[in-house]
Amino acid sequence: MTNLSVIMARLLEAFQLNCQLFLLTLLFALPLGLVVAFGSMSRFRPLSILTKTVVWIIRGTPLMLQILIIYFAPGLLGLGSPWKAGTGGRLFAATVAFVINYACYFSEIYRGGIQGVSRGQTEAGQVLGMTKSQIFFKVTLLQVVKRILPAMANEVITLVKDTSLARIISNKEIIMMAQEYTAKGLIWPLFSTGLFFLAFVGGLTLLFNWLEKKLDYFRA
Amino acid sequence: MAILEVENLYKSFGQTQVLKGINFSLEQGQALAIIGASGSGKTTLLRCLNFLERPDQGVIRINGKVLFDAGDPATQREVEIRKKRLNFGLVFQSFHLFPQYTVLKNVTLAGELLAKEQSGRKAAQREIEEQARGLLEQMGLSEKVDAYPHQLSGGQQQRVAIARALALRPNILCFDEPTSALDPELTGEVLRVIRSLAEKKTTMVIVTHEMAFARDVADHIIFMDDGVVVEEGCPQDLISNPKEERTRQFLSRFSNESTWKQN
Repeated sequence: MTNLSVIMARLLEAFQLNCQLFLLTLLFALPLGLVVAFGSMSRFRPLSILTKTVVWIIRGTPLMLQILIIYFAPGLLGLGSPWKAGTGGRLFAATVAFVINYACYFSEIYRGGIQGVSRGQTEAGQVLGMTKSQIFFKVTLLQVVKRILPAMANEVITLVKDTSLARIISNKEIIMMAQEYTAKGLIWPLFSTGLFFLAFVGGLTLLFNWLEKKLDYFRA
Repeated sequence: MAILEVENLYKSFGQTQVLKGINFSLEQGQALAIIGASGSGKTTLLRCLNFLERPDQGVIRINGKVLFDAGDPATQREVEIRKKRLNFGLVFQSFHLFPQYTVLKNVTLAGELLAKEQSGRKAAQREIEEQARGLLEQMGLSEKVDAYPHQLSGGQQQRVAIARALALRPNILCFDEPTSALDPELTGEVLRVIRSLAEKKTTMVIVTHEMAFARDVADHIIFMDDGVVVEEGCPQDLISNPKEERTRQFLSRFSNESTWKQN
């Protein structure tokens, strides 16, 4: 019995790293995605082509590979590794990879949402003398949020589970922790990690449902 | 002196010339109706007045002062265009109310944002709201101030849109086929509101397919076809006694009785 609670406690401790990576990724990728979205919608062709190419590369290659490249490539190219040795450096590298990857996915969701809001809304703001930023923040934004919420919920839920990919550069997240037991012949800890993800995603689902309800009062 | 003068306005989209030298003027307190078939350039003309499109050539004057001159970049600076737009209000064919705001907020929003940029914010806030309530009452929508756009009928939405445009006290209020997106039984309430504005001597430019309405409400009518003003004059003359063949052809399409009934 003590064995069970000790193992679960260690898994929970490791899961904190998943949570940390999850929150950091959201914190930076949500706004960065907006920047990327505006880049790909830019009327300045070189910028939009560059942005679209980056999005293509990032969405076109496995996240696991991106983590490896970001962590190892600078050192292998003789530039010197920008990542500090130790757990902090590895988490940092993983976070950077996650932020870039998810910003690209978010940007495409944002772009669809922004372009989906009718041109008439912008024009209505314009003829009322609003500035571009007033139109974006006061008129368009909430309509975009409402439109993209279901797609964002999907992406955010995927992110929860993707965090376990950080183990490829030895970030000791929950699955890597569980595998230590598997190596010793104990398989159930690995299986039980699913419960942690399930619980987390359950909470997120409730949160997103609540948000969708909150925005139910108008039709966009 | 004319409040609005449009001189030699040209506009193309790619290869397609939509406006081919439009000239007209409008007196303070008058209602101008612009009629013509779809694709004749009426809407583009209104959009040019509201700076939603930039004319390729031509001059727009307000009270004798040059507002826009295609040949003079100094009249086209983005910052000033924003201010210049406020000379005009525009009511769209499909309303374009802001769905996430109440009726009242739809009417007050732009005014509040403008007041925020200037000073005296708190005082302005109350004033703006009171004015908005007054306008909505005038539109017969006092009971709907707290409703959201999707809870209203098309006719009600369009009346909110008219109040929203009036709230900024434009010199000239423009209507782009204000009843074309409405069910037939709802056009009357919107036309009545516009009619009452005409009676109060609101300066208006109305693009419309409602011939009877144009005849009864407008002080002056312009018939456009293929990007030019074919004929203009006072409503009675132009509609009952058109001089140009093209005008006659166009009007003959509306010759059945029901189109001419009063709204």
